[in-house]
Amino acid sequence: MNMSQLRAKERERFDFAVIANWIPPGERVLDLGCGDGTLLRYLRETKEVAGYGVEIDHASVLGCIRNGVDVIQIDIEGGLSGFEDQSFNHVIISQALQAMHATERILTEMLRVAEEAVVSFPNFAYRANRAAIAGGHMPVSEDLPYAWYETPNVRFFTLADFEELCGKLGIEIRERLAFDEGGQPVSDDPNLNGSLAFYRLGRLR
Amino acid sequence: MPQENSVGVVVPQRVRFNEALALRSGASLPGFELVFETYGTLNAARSNAVLVCHALSGGHHVAGTYADDPKSVGWWDNLIGPGKPLDTNKFFVVGVNNLGGCYGSTGPLSTNPETGKRYGADFPLVTVEDWVAAQARLADHLHVDAWAAVIGGSLGGMQALEWSLQFPERIRHAMVIASAPKLSAQNIAFNEVARQAIISDPDFHGGHYTEHGVVPANGLRLARMVGHITYLSDSQMGEKFGRRLRHGEHKFSYDVDFEIESYLRYQGDKFAGFFDANTYLMTTKALDYFDPAYDFDGNLAAALARAKAKFFVASFSTDWRFAPARSREIVFALLHNRRHVAYAEIDCDAGHDSFLLDDAHYHAVLRAYLENISV
Repeated sequence: MNMSQLRAKERERFDFAVIANWIPPGERVLDLGCGDGTLLRYLRETKEVAGYGVEIDHASVLGCIRNGVDVIQIDIEGGLSGFEDQSFNHVIISQALQAMHATERILTEMLRVAEEAVVSFPNFAYRANRAAIAGGHMPVSEDLPYAWYETPNVRFFTLADFEELCGKLGIEIRERLAFDEGGQPVSDDPNLNGSLAFYRLGRLR
Repeated sequence: MPQENSVGVVVPQRVRFNEALALRSGASLPGFELVFETYGTLNAARSNAVLVCHALSGGHHVAGTYADDPKSVGWWDNLIGPGKPLDTNKFFVVGVNNLGGCYGSTGPLSTNPETGKRYGADFPLVTVEDWVAAQARLADHLHVDAWAAVIGGSLGGMQALEWSLQFPERIRHAMVIASAPKLSAQNIAFNEVARQAIISDPDFHGGHYTEHGVVPANGLRLARMVGHITYLSDSQMGEKFGRRLRHGEHKFSYDVDFEIESYLRYQGDKFAGFFDANTYLMTTKALDYFDPAYDFDGNLAAALARAKAKFFVASFSTDWRFAPARSREIVFALLHNRRHVAYAEIDCDAGHDSFLLDDAHYHAVLRAYLENISV
């Protein structure tokens, strides 16, 4: 493993630890865009959750099966039909929302099938990203590791944008965490100082 | 020719069960025989047995070859063998010809003990449930308390599903591939065309054709031709045959003009040469009747509540006979019941028949799942 892969692993573990902190033990969890199922495996091992992953990518589905993780290969851009109302405690979308087109539908559907949603995404308004744009280039960073011509991301948004959309969709923000590129928690102006954001969301009661 | 990593030369076995079998139709068989093959070795804990269920035209010869006929390669040989995805170094694999089959198990070609003549059309209709009940007798015979897995494609997948419902304690993993929880009206319609082709053949004689020394070969041939169209995808058929002409020009006759006609006739003729028409009729009815949700007001989730097995479900993108949506019905019914399930929707160009091919990703997925099964 080279340095950047090692670094990516560390980031992944960091990401998982933040999410796992919000998942009580023994819960029913749905992970959208679950990749090779590493997060679900982690949650199963650390929190004994009963989890299902959803993934569209063939290699990732194979990875899930290798990891012994329950996985359903469907395209969630069309929604989560088939998943019953409130059938999960938590639904997670970890750094995958920005790679999907049907943002509003997915957010709405997440809170149909689960009591709470956990969303993490890279913040495009992070200080370093703003600097990159000011310097005339699209940002490439720890949390936005792709050049513009090869990025899988299709939605570019900020903490402020996301919170505005939640308001519009009647989604309650129950908790928010932001971290800088070094993985340090940020409390002062997170839309400027946060590179990666985590939200715990519910329906307005 | 012996294949790479083949289980090698295999010998079919036969077992007789003398206890009567009550069938779902209300009829009963006084006793019956099953032919089967096994590959690999049953371990001391008897925890490594895998049952392979066949579809419409398959049988017990799933892997390996026969000593007297090196070309007689089993129908799922690409999957089964030492080092193959269904690894015979790890698993004890069983293939069986279903009850009512025409490869040696008791069926319409067998002698009816009551009349001393062949059953023919008098052989009772058997269902997927009956097949599984008969397979359970074979499991008893082999001292297999619980299968590590039951695997099948198409109609074989229905048997794997049925195992999880009829014997929830006797199956640890159900592997349901290119299958469906029940046939659609369109599926039944295709089966009915096939049946009518056979029944309306003048050589059918109400199903007692063997007494007349004939077989309804034309009917069987047509049945197979229409079946074959549903096994392939439009794109693959287009790629394989397109509008290619047999003779390079239009013949303005009803002989073979297009290559696809030649292919279908060849497949039809080949099939009519070895398959029994009554078995074909009966098997298509078994397909039509299969519907675990029937007794649950059509609620598949309620029907699957009994299942305890872990599930592997796979479908193929170009399969229009049992399209991916049909597999998803099974997946979401399992999800409702909080059962373990891995569902893969595999990109493969070959339509329904994809499940028999050795597509690299498909086999990698099967291998990964099977490797995680503890024995």
